[in-house]
Amino acid sequence: MAPAKRVDTRAILLFAFVACLFVGTGVLQSWNTTLSIFNMALVGAIMALGVNMQWGYAGLFNVGVMGFVALGGLAAVLVSMDPVDEAWAAGGLQILLALVLGAATIVLAILAYARLAAGPLRTLAMLVILIGGFFLFRAVFDPAVARVEAVNPASTGYLGGLGLPVILAWPMGGVLAAGAAWLIGKTALGLRSDYLAIATLGIAEIIIAVMKNEDWLARGVKNVTTIPRPVPYEVDLQQSQWFIDLADRLGADVITFSSIFVKLCYASLFIVVLLALIWLSEKAWNSPWGRMMRAIRDNEVSASAMGKDVKARHLQVFVLGSAVIGMAGAMMTTLDSQLVPGTYQPLRFTFLVWVMVIVGGSGNNWGAVLGGFLIWWLWIQVEPLGALLMQGITAGMDADSWLRAHLLDSVAHMRLLTMGLILLLVLRFSPRGLIPER
Amino acid sequence: MDILNAFVTLLNFVIIPATAYGAQLALGALGVTLIYGILRFSNFAHGDTMAFGTMVVILCTWGLQGAGITLGPLPTALLALPVGIAITGLLVIGTDRAVYRFYRAKKAKPVIFVIASLGVMFIMNGIVRFIIGVDDQRFADGERFIISARTFRDMTGLEEGLAFRTSQGLTIVVAIIAVVLLFWFLNRTRTGKSMRAFSDNEDLALLSGINPERVVMITWLIVAALATTAGTLYGLDKSFKAFTYFQLLLPIFAAAIVGGLGNPVGAILGGFLIAFSEVGVTYAFRKVVEYLAPGDWQPEGLLQLLSTDYKFAVSFAILLIVLLFRPTGIMKGKSV
Repeated sequence: MAPAKRVDTRAILLFAFVACLFVGTGVLQSWNTTLSIFNMALVGAIMALGVNMQWGYAGLFNVGVMGFVALGGLAAVLVSMDPVDEAWAAGGLQILLALVLGAATIVLAILAYARLAAGPLRTLAMLVILIGGFFLFRAVFDPAVARVEAVNPASTGYLGGLGLPVILAWPMGGVLAAGAAWLIGKTALGLRSDYLAIATLGIAEIIIAVMKNEDWLARGVKNVTTIPRPVPYEVDLQQSQWFIDLADRLGADVITFSSIFVKLCYASLFIVVLLALIWLSEKAWNSPWGRMMRAIRDNEVSASAMGKDVKARHLQVFVLGSAVIGMAGAMMTTLDSQLVPGTYQPLRFTFLVWVMVIVGGSGNNWGAVLGGFLIWWLWIQVEPLGALLMQGITAGMDADSWLRAHLLDSVAHMRLLTMGLILLLVLRFSPRGLIPER
Repeated sequence: MDILNAFVTLLNFVIIPATAYGAQLALGALGVTLIYGILRFSNFAHGDTMAFGTMVVILCTWGLQGAGITLGPLPTALLALPVGIAITGLLVIGTDRAVYRFYRAKKAKPVIFVIASLGVMFIMNGIVRFIIGVDDQRFADGERFIISARTFRDMTGLEEGLAFRTSQGLTIVVAIIAVVLLFWFLNRTRTGKSMRAFSDNEDLALLSGINPERVVMITWLIVAALATTAGTLYGLDKSFKAFTYFQLLLPIFAAAIVGGLGNPVGAILGGFLIAFSEVGVTYAFRKVVEYLAPGDWQPEGLLQLLSTDYKFAVSFAILLIVLLFRPTGIMKGKSV
């Protein structure tokens, strides 16, 4: 039986408050700014939903969020960019062959480990398989990579993508992240929570290292720009008659309005995804499956005694949550229309998402979404607010005093301080977040 | 001669740098392991504690240099180190009072401590960036080399030079002193013994009248000393940058876990294991092989297993392999 619907006044008031923040930004700064923040907040909210599935539903501590976000971004390139035929001809198939060889080596090693009896023979066999496999892989892989990366390195130098519509990259990002999560989960979910955290932190760093260095894949630090858009371009809008008429009727400047219009298009796409995900998450949360997850989270031993397969459930929810994060990653890269591996930093893409979940309310989907909006707004606005504060503090100081200049310059670093402070305060005084689990 | 040349190359590019880096990691990992042993959580703020301590040392070094006080051939930072340790000690004890003590009293789950340490990490990182900024800071002074490549070549007549930097020598010496002091403290003094007792069995330790708050406070002081020392040595050896210190978290955790969390000997072992693997796997062995190979034969590639950008990947891969086969590390660690 579905639980009785309760109207949560507190949640509604909080959402109204956050809405006021965004509207206020629009009125005081500009609607363009507020929409940029809003779009990223939507993406942040989806990431927070994913983390909430892992932490709020199942108590899994994943600090590798950044890795899954980056995989989503990679998906955007792999799906939507046009294939580079010349590069494929130069060595595409050989690279694929090398990757298959690498995977075969690992599978063979796992099989050998499982089949052979423990002892020096097994150790020797494992070493031969792994070392031999590694050198074989490199022998096939390296020359192919060199040839691919030599193809017009200034603009391509990589294999390109499938040339499909970029929207398809969103589910694809989810699939990529889910695959990675499955591999991680298989190896690391048996560990206790701290170890799992460190394992995920490490995997995220590895994913970023690969994306920065494997130029044949997505150009590495040379970045992929001009990823196709799912929405119209401003320039085209500004030249279409219907759009000029619409702007006229609204009494808006065509150029500003085109930019706002594009952002609104993105926002509506993102809102559709977010609403669908919330609906699914709420369904799952209130289903027998959701109750089982919470039972496992709250007491693994008794849940396991009741016959629940704890490890399998953990793997399941870890994969699901990571898929959601990966999808958000693909959406973010679509919004930016570029993939810049250097911008993936743990403070921004892992720990900030965590602040969203903890502050919003772990174990509550609406809480995670609220946290996403609130924290992202703060993350952007702390800087202007901090600048205002610093101007207040330094107002009485000598105009060319050393301290004044230093204080005004360091406003940019107020963000981390504020986020840390918010996290600690919420964790201490309202550990269940702004909208607690029901 | 060729064998000697090969050995010198290896010493110059692999063994000496890896030993210095390993000593820095070991000091960092000792801090992580002590917190894990006594306070029972993985402290994500450790890298930023190191950064904070180093920052204090740097500021103090600049002050001393400004006042014209130096240590001659040794870096002035050594003089500033005690100040750095003291101020970092105050900071971490203050943090403990303000943040962790509350959860300790509530007997919160370890994972809550870890999340709280994320908050502390944010704040410390923010403070460091606020005070010293995000740029690269160099603060090494004094003699740059104990042996420079040129002197070595002149001395030995070998083709290959060997450079042994002061910072590397200093790292090794200071690390040995710190480790000896730590083990003497843990094994010989009453307080150290009570800390070990507390780490082994909290209830029993409480029963025998050990004051837990005192144990916790001393742990934080030692951690502050280790972190500041490790950070300063790393900064002297390479350079100081807030973000780099944050990134050191991964190899430090890897070292502590590989060795066995909560086990000090394991932390040292883990530090060197991670450092040697990182350097060894990402070093291009071409030159060494050239010397050893008969005749004029030269290897085709650089003979580098992985590009240097995969350093973190190496420490993590080792971590994962060890965890798979020995879930509590090489030396048996704790698992709470």
